[in-house]
Amino acid sequence: MAIMIDNNTRLITIGITGKQGTFHTKLSQEYGTIVVGGVTPGKGGTVHEGWPVFNTVKEAVKTTQANAAMVFVPPPFAADAILECIDAKMPIIICITEGIPILDMVKVKGALARSPEVRLVGPNCPGVITPGQCKIGIMPGQIHLPGRIGIISRSGTLTYEAVGQLTARGIGQSTCVGIGGDPVNGTNFIDVLEMFNNDPDTDGVIMIGEIGGTAETDAARWIKKNMKKPVVGFIAGAAAPKGKRMGHAGALISGEDDTAEAKFKVLEECGITVARSPADLGLKLEEAMKAKNITIRNK
Amino acid sequence: MNVHEYQAKDLMRKFGIKVLKGEVAKTVDEAVKGAEKLGGKIWVVKAQIHAGGRGKAGGVKLAKSLDEVKKYASEILHSTLVTHQTGPEGKKVNTLLIEEGCNIAKEFYLGIVLDRNNSKVTFMASKEGGVEIEVVAHKNPEAIVKVSVDPSTGYQPYIGRELSNALGLDATQAKEADAFYRGLYKLYTESDCSIAEINPLVLTADNQMIALDAKLNFDENALFRHPDIAAYRDLSEESAKEVEASKYGLSYIELDGNIGCLVNGAGLAMATLDIVKLNGGNAANFLDVGGGATKEAVEQAFRIILSDPNVKAILVNIFGGIMKCDIIAEGVVAAARAVSLSVPLVVRLEGTNVDLGKKILKESGLAITSATDLGDAAVKVVAAAKGAK
Repeated sequence: MAIMIDNNTRLITIGITGKQGTFHTKLSQEYGTIVVGGVTPGKGGTVHEGWPVFNTVKEAVKTTQANAAMVFVPPPFAADAILECIDAKMPIIICITEGIPILDMVKVKGALARSPEVRLVGPNCPGVITPGQCKIGIMPGQIHLPGRIGIISRSGTLTYEAVGQLTARGIGQSTCVGIGGDPVNGTNFIDVLEMFNNDPDTDGVIMIGEIGGTAETDAARWIKKNMKKPVVGFIAGAAAPKGKRMGHAGALISGEDDTAEAKFKVLEECGITVARSPADLGLKLEEAMKAKNITIRNK
Repeated sequence: MNVHEYQAKDLMRKFGIKVLKGEVAKTVDEAVKGAEKLGGKIWVVKAQIHAGGRGKAGGVKLAKSLDEVKKYASEILHSTLVTHQTGPEGKKVNTLLIEEGCNIAKEFYLGIVLDRNNSKVTFMASKEGGVEIEVVAHKNPEAIVKVSVDPSTGYQPYIGRELSNALGLDATQAKEADAFYRGLYKLYTESDCSIAEINPLVLTADNQMIALDAKLNFDENALFRHPDIAAYRDLSEESAKEVEASKYGLSYIELDGNIGCLVNGAGLAMATLDIVKLNGGNAANFLDVGGGATKEAVEQAFRIILSDPNVKAILVNIFGGIMKCDIIAEGVVAAARAVSLSVPLVVRLEGTNVDLGKKILKESGLAITSATDLGDAAVKVVAAAKGAK
């Protein structure tokens, strides 16, 4: 079953005729995702690479019964595309676009608060994959292995790192969710942790955070109170200088409480198995599962 | 993107926020002429750099005569100010702002930021103005009142009443302050600010409110719709290498270690610095080549890393997703040949087109140490950097 997406997911891509949109929709389809069409304003009625193209999201949903959207629209227009998906009550919206103005996302966040039936993942994220079933995003599909460990991360390539380490150890993944590195995003750690906690197909979780903000420490406190499954945590940025933005708009240490060290400490206090080295994610997951007497299995 | 105080004040004026009259000066002569033009008997000579803490560092002086304006202007102009925000190397002063003086009765803090906890534009106000707000937040958090704005309603008068109440303003003062709240909110949202601060916001002896200092920071992702603000960018305030890197879509930050790093993805790039440090090394830079980098951009990234004389070894760490390993490999080979690479190079490739990438590196005949995974890569590059000394 996994979370968010599976082999019943019917995907449309917003911005499907663009270079990136075309490339990654193709790769998603090759992985096994059911792609039912796409949206590019002004190109409605045409067929692109075999997929029907629509002018509006509502039209696409009506014709194709799509229940998930992948957004590949350039930053100046991406928030508008997300808002259109929200208005069409799209259950899952996954926005890959990097560089959306923050105040545009503040508006999107307001619209999301009024639409509880809609979930946005991202923006500025690699997407979501349920290995063996459905891939929506830009992650390399071949590194994944179907299994029972969930992954949540703010960073794309660090998610791949975690996946690669698990797969190398023969440990499969239930669903991997990249929530994105922006300060305002649709889905946070706690949302995904809650889904993994309730998912009968997930036995343990790796959570990968960064310096800046309080999302990881909030998540740690939530885990202490609610989580029934082992969690391994890593925070990137222990070697980052103060006050410098490290690539991600959200990753800027401004106070003492959002340094990697402060976050590691809270994670430990909340009973999370901490990986101090990003090379130890797979190893620590094995240790955490062993400590709770949970047998690692992929089915 | 940061702007100077005088630029921030120009914008504030446009949004109806009261600031003092001032003149911008690039020379001592212009500073004295500016003071003459302003008139009066008291002037403030202010260094214009992209950093706070100027007062303590001697970058803000009160002049009581034109001779003093001249004296302070010649002292401050072209000097290097070291404040808690500049780093130990400090910042050179190229521009001065000469302002008329005013008689301060009370100092407040007023700022707008994005509150990441609720994703809303949020006012912060405090009676403790004129000091660093971070210090207040640390020592006495109750002294700061926060009011978030619902994006669907925007600024409402009740928000102003809450802020004025917290600042202890009387009815007349509150009425005047409302123009500051309203104007600052309008400026923040219409200009895509990421920080808008008035510190201090002062009440003068004759009961007027004035923005004595101004700090604005803008969301770089939104500059495409504000060409007027983008024109305020002062490249002399930024690291030349970081500016050069950004032309190629590279995100580069210079650090003080000796291991050059070339990584894809901000998270993995940060984690690479971390693991280098855990293995006893120190990174010379943070460099994220991004997802859409071309062979040329990778080559450029290499040149920028190597322009740092401290670099004793280079680690290329790529987990290809959107970024393909063969593109990286081609860029690495081209750059290594072009610059006749003289330091050890450790490469770790994984992900999309990894086999093709490894093949390109192998067939290049270059002396490249390949690493099997992240841990192996860190161990090897730290050893290589130590061996090179």
